[in-house]
Amino acid sequence: MTQLTNQTDGHADGIAADISRQLPQGITPEDLVDFYRRMVTIRTIDERIWMMNRQGKVPIAASGQGHEAAQLGSLLAAEKDGNCFFFPYYRDLSIKMGVGLTPTQVMLSFMGKEGDPYSNARQFPLQGADLEHNVIQTSNVVAAQLTQAVGYALACKMQGDDKVIFVYFGDGASSQGETHEAMNFAGVHKLPVIFICENNAYAISVPQRMQMAIGDVANRAEGYGFPGLIVDGLDLLASYEACREAINHARREGPVMLEMKLERLMPHTTDDDDSRYRPKEEIEAVRGRDPVAAFSNFMLEQGYLTEEQQEEIRAQARRAVNEATDAAEAALPPDASNLHNHVYAP
Amino acid sequence: MAVKSVIEAVREAMWEEMHRDEQVFVMGEDVGWRGGVFLATQGFIEEFGPERVIDTPLAEASIMGIALGASFRGMRPIPEVEFADFLWPAVNQLIGEAARVCYGSDGNLNAPVTIRIPYGGGIRGGLFHSQNVEAYFFHTPGLKVVAPATPYDAKGLLKSAIRDNNPVVFLEHKKTYRLVRGDVPEEDYVLPIGKAEVKRPGQNITVVSYGLMVHYCLEAAELLAAEGVAQVEVVDLRTLKPLDTETVLESVKKTGKLLIVHEDNITGGVGSEIAALAADQAFDYLDAPIGRVCGPDVPTMPFAQTLEDAYMPNTQKIAQALRNLAAY
Repeated sequence: MTQLTNQTDGHADGIAADISRQLPQGITPEDLVDFYRRMVTIRTIDERIWMMNRQGKVPIAASGQGHEAAQLGSLLAAEKDGNCFFFPYYRDLSIKMGVGLTPTQVMLSFMGKEGDPYSNARQFPLQGADLEHNVIQTSNVVAAQLTQAVGYALACKMQGDDKVIFVYFGDGASSQGETHEAMNFAGVHKLPVIFICENNAYAISVPQRMQMAIGDVANRAEGYGFPGLIVDGLDLLASYEACREAINHARREGPVMLEMKLERLMPHTTDDDDSRYRPKEEIEAVRGRDPVAAFSNFMLEQGYLTEEQQEEIRAQARRAVNEATDAAEAALPPDASNLHNHVYAP
Repeated sequence: MAVKSVIEAVREAMWEEMHRDEQVFVMGEDVGWRGGVFLATQGFIEEFGPERVIDTPLAEASIMGIALGASFRGMRPIPEVEFADFLWPAVNQLIGEAARVCYGSDGNLNAPVTIRIPYGGGIRGGLFHSQNVEAYFFHTPGLKVVAPATPYDAKGLLKSAIRDNNPVVFLEHKKTYRLVRGDVPEEDYVLPIGKAEVKRPGQNITVVSYGLMVHYCLEAAELLAAEGVAQVEVVDLRTLKPLDTETVLESVKKTGKLLIVHEDNITGGVGSEIAALAADQAFDYLDAPIGRVCGPDVPTMPFAQTLEDAYMPNTQKIAQALRNLAAY
């Protein structure tokens, strides 16, 4: 493990990422603007979805606010590589939308309408499979995706494809037995899997200290015979750099665990009230650790975008989300005759 | 045609399918150099190499989950669980996940996995080497469940299961492995999943069963014929899900009397559904109450010989139930 370097623990910093520095290898200013656009659009739609839940138009949503930089950094690295596959979990809107879904497709899915690309509104939003964009998320059961991702990696290896598999999970899922089994098997067979733990320090309402006796999930990787690193998950470029190195390592030597320390800016889901278990001061402090605000500041300070350009990007995002909302509201739910379809494959 | 045992038929089916299709591979505990706890994969690692014959850690959830993930990529894994009793850690991946993959992705994704499960009692296996697990999977849409009784059926159905594009739970009764022998063709053949077979024709009573119990039913039918009491028709379901309702109903309508036999616990078992089917769709043809000879509602047959015998349905118990039905 020579390439990978440990990074700062975001939780310990108390501030959202000092990200002013030179551009990492392989990244252009155009990439940054591209990913800034995606990030802003994703945040805009995430906020809109929450609002529409309060209007009774979206039954349930798990917000990804606070997780955008970590996810998009990994996506940027995967896109630069060009041969990766994704097994995200339910808080990974930035992966699922970032890979190329339109705002309308996302809105159709959240409203349970015909045209949801993942399951045609059989599942909670954006769950099922979007093979066009190399994404599978079969269920809500935390950690179920880990063994599946490892199996997918095994199959790629057997088929002579050097694909790298990204699998994402929360600190909550790190407690599941299947997480252990998946990492153990991946370690034995040195499979090209990047385990990304998005550690927001809460499993719904249960804080990390009640989930585990250690401070860093990444430390467990040593027990499986592969490296585990801590990454500032509020910093898109830190995530990118760690993932780029992890891809190289995964392909050459086998699995890597990256623990992205980040924040959950919203309650667990639209059905949750985090004031019941998070102190007010903590919730307020967390709001100051917003990765989207941090990336905006970075783009401004480094001169990649002016304030006017940023405002124009935000305005474009609002327009796109407005149009998507209108389109999804006008769309129909799947016809009841669909109930019996696809129980079995032909 | 050569006479072979059930375990030989199972081995041949996998051997031939692995030669036919390089996407097929086996994985599980001790399937490699050990050749499987029942020797179902004896000689495989020498023939196909450790990449396609994977000895896994003793961790059933990952055996099923990894097989499932590999199937998303077009592989056709055959995960083996050593004993049905050890399957429970894998149930999340099997019932929770695999069964819902196709439906939950609106057909975007499917899971061509055949999980092989040695099951059943009568072998002094006690509570944790004898379990019948079929009812849980029989209840689960999205899964197919196959439970052959003979070497011929085991080979033809296992080959079909491997070629099927859905998750198939393939149940092999341990007691049949070496006890039951029969003709198995040398040439490639497959049997359709979802088709029962009348193993013995008869006019007076229908008995529906699967797995090991089919053989006891056949013996009981011979007894009743020898006694001159009744000609019993024995329907071997072979596939539990999808259930071949047509063959069952056709037989019941012909005989007017139905006995259902399984080793699994009586309550909520496969037999309950067959009884409901007959009551619903053959009510007017029934001349007697539907009978069941099944395992009692205790958690698996115990270890002691006396207790195991008391649990297991056998030829005599089935014959007595048939006599009662004949006399009704």
